Amino acid sequence: MTSKRLVFTRWGRPLNRSQRDDLHGRLLVTPTMLIVLAFVVLPFLAVLVLAFADVRLVDIPRLSLDRLTLTLANFRSAWGSDRFWSALGTTLAYAACTTAGAITAGLVVAMALRRPFRGRGLVRALVLIPYVLPVVAATTIWKTLLNTEYGLVNAVGRQLIGWENPIAFLTTRSQELGGIPIPVALVTVIAFEVWKTFPLAFLFITARLQVSPMELEEAAAIDGAGKVRAFFHIVLPQLRGVIALLIVLRFIWSFQNFNDIYLLTGGAGGTEVLAVRVYEELVTRANIGTASATGLLMTAMLLVLLFVYGWMIRRERA
Amino acid sequence: MNGGDRVLGVLKWLVITLTVIVCAGPLIYGFLLSLRPFASVAAAPLSLIPSAEEVTLEAYPRAMGEFGLGGFMLNSLQVALATVVLAVLFSVLGGYAAVRLDFFGRRSVNVLFLGVYMLPGIVLAVPLFVLLSRVGLTGTLVGLVLVYIAQTVPVALYMLRNYFIAVPASVEEAAMIDGCGRLALIRRVVLPMALPGIAATSLYVFMIAWNEYLFALLFLVHERPRWTVALGISQLTEFSVPATVLMAGSIAVTIPVVAGFFLAQRLLISGLTAGAEKG
Repeated sequence: MTSKRLVFTRWGRPLNRSQRDDLHGRLLVTPTMLIVLAFVVLPFLAVLVLAFADVRLVDIPRLSLDRLTLTLANFRSAWGSDRFWSALGTTLAYAACTTAGAITAGLVVAMALRRPFRGRGLVRALVLIPYVLPVVAATTIWKTLLNTEYGLVNAVGRQLIGWENPIAFLTTRSQELGGIPIPVALVTVIAFEVWKTFPLAFLFITARLQVSPMELEEAAAIDGAGKVRAFFHIVLPQLRGVIALLIVLRFIWSFQNFNDIYLLTGGAGGTEVLAVRVYEELVTRANIGTASATGLLMTAMLLVLLFVYGWMIRRERA
Repeated sequence: MNGGDRVLGVLKWLVITLTVIVCAGPLIYGFLLSLRPFASVAAAPLSLIPSAEEVTLEAYPRAMGEFGLGGFMLNSLQVALATVVLAVLFSVLGGYAAVRLDFFGRRSVNVLFLGVYMLPGIVLAVPLFVLLSRVGLTGTLVGLVLVYIAQTVPVALYMLRNYFIAVPASVEEAAMIDGCGRLALIRRVVLPMALPGIAATSLYVFMIAWNEYLFALLFLVHERPRWTVALGISQLTEFSVPATVLMAGSIAVTIPVVAGFFLAQRLLISGLTAGAEKG
């Protein structure tokens, strides 16, 4: 039966081990490679071409490579539009605030749950709810909570706190609070994202805390250092690595986020981020070219930001 | 204990209480609303606990039947299961190769997957929509499954790789010497030992496919009978569907995820203990 499994080379000799490993490795990875090539690499190449082409949604049935004429018009139109730059500003504010908020909240909760107590397991499980809840369920519940007519938040605000009017959290671009204009809708989508993503930061930080020894802190306590000082001088420095990683991951994900914002506000009330911009170009304006160009500019900007961050980290370590 | 530490102790319990309310609160709120008639919610939004005589499960059959969420859930289930089976199969094969076999292009595989992870979904969505429309796959669940596999395989492969590293190579070599072929080896030796990892990965892929919204929106929005449940619920919010029905839908779409979580957790634990028994 073994002869069946032996693979022979063209010259009839059995393969040696490294040749066999090479062949098997390539064969086993083929299905993955094919699907990634067809549904990631090919589309990426296509978007590179489409960004330079004048194509609308109606052109799709007649689309072919040789008929495309290349132009820079899409980039010019994206680059020259005010909406693009305001979307970029919104995206940066959104990504920076959600990243900072999620990591801070994750850190605070991880520290609060660090020492064992009765029911800690249950609390840890509950913390994961926002993370595992399907995004559509989460946004639907939030929209109901914030509804101006029957939502709990506005009911509490009006009947218990004494607001004069309900607040339209998801559509209000700006509202004065004590003389300071607050971008209400943007703050709301940021709050939602912090709520939804801080459990992941919590998990990462908790995992790191579990392997960090308590002895140093105990020694510091004996020397009379308070917990706050011990936190900043002993615990936080140990968490630098995991926090740096979380900053990168969270920033990438928030920068590209479409679902959460689109489901909550549809991009209204000053929450139009770049991802929503791309969608609007594609679906509302039916312009494949400008949608592709906007998407590529967005990717390029993300890469530049990550490059700068990597450079900063490396310089700090040196 | 100085005064500062005492303040911290109080603060800690404040943080824990607040965390529990903020995390579990919205889900409980959604569940409680789904048990009340809409008229009562609109009249008294502050009275959260439904009174005994008004409790009704009516919103659930309405959501499933009248508004079609039952059918949408069936679509989602098909899509998610097909994605899990294929994505996990591909990533088992690919992940095993990436861990054990020194083949040409092994390194470039890693780079490629990192790239997949970094590319914004919305940027790929534009050309995918164009290409799949061109071959007539938008508007079908098959097209959606193919895209989901491509989106999840890199992560699944990465997850599984870590579990495969834990399988001792000596066991495999012994099996190889006993005349076990490569595929039989993966099926009989590597898979059983990495079962907890495969359960976790399957759950993760299932959750991604079940929750996915963007591609479903782009591909299927004009094909109402094929809507996935995520798309269905979001589209229903556009119409004047009572909030209680929407809450019932939101709870219903959450149940498979939570159930999967507990199921996989049991599998995870049993897989670990099965390994431990043999010492």
